[in-house]
Amino acid sequence: MILARVVGTVVATRKDPRLEGKKLLILKPVTPEGKDEAGYVVAVDTVGAGCRERVVAVAGSSARMAEGCKDTPVDTAIVGIVDEVRLD
Amino acid sequence: MFLGQVVGCLWCTVKNPGLTGLRLLLVQPLTPELRNTGKRLVCTDCTGAGAGEVVYWVRSKEAAAPFLPVEAPTDATVVGIVDSVRLNRPASLENAPC
Repeated sequence: MILARVVGTVVATRKDPRLEGKKLLILKPVTPEGKDEAGYVVAVDTVGAGCRERVVAVAGSSARMAEGCKDTPVDTAIVGIVDEVRLD
Repeated sequence: MFLGQVVGCLWCTVKNPGLTGLRLLLVQPLTPELRNTGKRLVCTDCTGAGAGEVVYWVRSKEAAAPFLPVEAPTDATVVGIVDSVRLNRPASLENAPC
């Protein structure tokens, strides 16, 4: 799973019917310290994350195991909103 | 499976129901010589590993297997705590002919 920050939303009118009603967000991967990393990813939101929130996203076929994403064409899903990261 | 070191943990109050009750750890991947390699990632944990411990972890869909029958939405899980690593020869000679 990766740590990421929500930086935007995606609106798609024409899409697979199984994606209807799902919120698509643009994520920017971040380090545990909060610094931005390279690249962006579009993810389906399963927890109600908002703009600028730090989240945990799961990638690959595991994303389909998230509640609300069963049997949907999804390869990245937001599965948690991060309260705190502690580096030991 | 890969070697890693637990370097931290994180808390999420709001999370997917499939992750309820699971610990989330920050893991730094390691080489067999126990040097850092690659980016840190978030793993679920089924072993009770703590800070600083060397562990091995699986990625991909198999990472959800330890939590069955609950289908946990995770793509990386710590599945073992490493006691020792023994390398028979330096990795620098890995591609050298035997």
